[in-house]
Amino acid sequence: MTISQEWTTDEMMTVASARALTQARTCFVGIGLPSTAANLARLTDNPGLVLIYESGTIGAKPGVLPLSIGDGELADTADSVVPVPEIFNYWLQAGRCDVGFLGAAQVDRFANINTTSIDRGEGRPPLRLPGAGGAPEIAAHAGKVLIVVRHSTRVFVERLSFVTSVGYGEGGDHRERLGMQGAGPNRVITDLGVLEPDPVTRELTLVATHPGVGADQVREATGWPLRVADEVATTDAPSEQELTVLRELQERTKETHRAGT
Amino acid sequence: MAELTTLREAVAGLVRDGDTVALEGFTHLIPTLAGHEIIRQQRRDLTLARMTPDLVYDQMIGMGVARKLVFSWGGNPGVGSLHRFRDAVENGWPCPLEVDEHSHAGMANRYVAGASHLPFGVLRGYQGSSLAVKSETISRVTCPFTGEELAAVAALNPDVAVIHAQRADRAGNVQLWGILGVQKEAVMAADRSIVTVEEVVDELDPRPGAVVLPSWVVTAVAHVPGGAHPSYASGYSKRDNAFYSEWDAVSRDRDTFTRWMAEHVLEPVGGSAR
Repeated sequence: MTISQEWTTDEMMTVASARALTQARTCFVGIGLPSTAANLARLTDNPGLVLIYESGTIGAKPGVLPLSIGDGELADTADSVVPVPEIFNYWLQAGRCDVGFLGAAQVDRFANINTTSIDRGEGRPPLRLPGAGGAPEIAAHAGKVLIVVRHSTRVFVERLSFVTSVGYGEGGDHRERLGMQGAGPNRVITDLGVLEPDPVTRELTLVATHPGVGADQVREATGWPLRVADEVATTDAPSEQELTVLRELQERTKETHRAGT
Repeated sequence: MAELTTLREAVAGLVRDGDTVALEGFTHLIPTLAGHEIIRQQRRDLTLARMTPDLVYDQMIGMGVARKLVFSWGGNPGVGSLHRFRDAVENGWPCPLEVDEHSHAGMANRYVAGASHLPFGVLRGYQGSSLAVKSETISRVTCPFTGEELAAVAALNPDVAVIHAQRADRAGNVQLWGILGVQKEAVMAADRSIVTVEEVVDELDPRPGAVVLPSWVVTAVAHVPGGAHPSYASGYSKRDNAFYSEWDAVSRDRDTFTRWMAEHVLEPVGGSAR
């Protein structure tokens, strides 16, 4: 296969994430990479996808990507706008979201997420991150969870400084024992490839790499000895249509935000 | 009944040193200019509550107003870190900042319990999260009907809630619409409340999806057009995205931040002089 790449690794990651939403009906979306991918899914394979943002906007159909979780564009294009206690209690906790879509600052081998703080060693205060937001309950209650994050040893760490949102806890049946109603993270999509939890141990396993990426490269970018599936698939390269729609969306977004709206 | 007053008088009369104060507004309708007035009046030792502390809390923390922060997500939306918040937590500048940290669902249910005058709220949440270990306002409770174990969060009852709304009438009835966040809950959970509004009108005609807070659950209403900038008020203003980006550079350095605040907030200028 020739690897004259006509897309960036970020584009590959976003396209792979959007494809993971092909079958979803409702998606509770975090801002940033998840929002980009979820909107790409809505504009390509899954036009009926209901996007739910934690600002209470249900069925948002933004023409450009929001910069914040509460942009006017989300409210103006939504089917319904509900107060924040309602979005978490009636919609997320009640099990009305098929997929929760999260980013992360750190991920461990059992797909637990840290977005709170990172220890920097002796003599230095921990690095303060923004915190939980809606993620702990998205991770708990969504039917399943997708995580999208760039791959590096700073992100994929042996041990989290802080467990903000739980994936599979300590692995095995720990998640079930915690009484979480959603099935948990079923896929972690990065700029290098795709990880999925082992059905029994729940340890993240490399199941696919993006075109031009080798399993060794993914191992090197992971902070623990990464398990690799017996057969590692290669992700289909982004199609012409996926790239066009994504680039147009990003260009529209840039233009609109530059114009100060 | 709510008193129609100036922002200066409302803050002077209702916000006291050591109070728990909640400035709410979920990305939309953030009461920024009310926060500036609290800074100008040099309140100290406040416990600041807010689900999404963003620029206005970065400014208040950096100016030494707060002793403690109760929150669930503290960042500059779409941009990155809150540098003054980080400096306070990591280095104790300008003073140490204690934190009580929750998830959004936890904070929302704390306000709901507060507004309901219940001692705690109930939710499914926090299982296995370090948040539950760190916070004294998160516990577990067993359902007396099913035996299910659930998360319990202490009610949040601020001394003062501060919100920004689109409109009030002359009797002090307040109307807001668009993304509503937890503003109604914060006002009804609080002992006292200040509402800044874009416009004071003779009559509040109905708006789709609007919430009306009757005058008798609000303490003070002040006419502060543009009071949510750089956030926005649906129907009145657009979010100033450029300001959020520029804040990153302003807030990164202590001296630059202090100078900026002196120039734009401490010196009464334009819209903030009310």
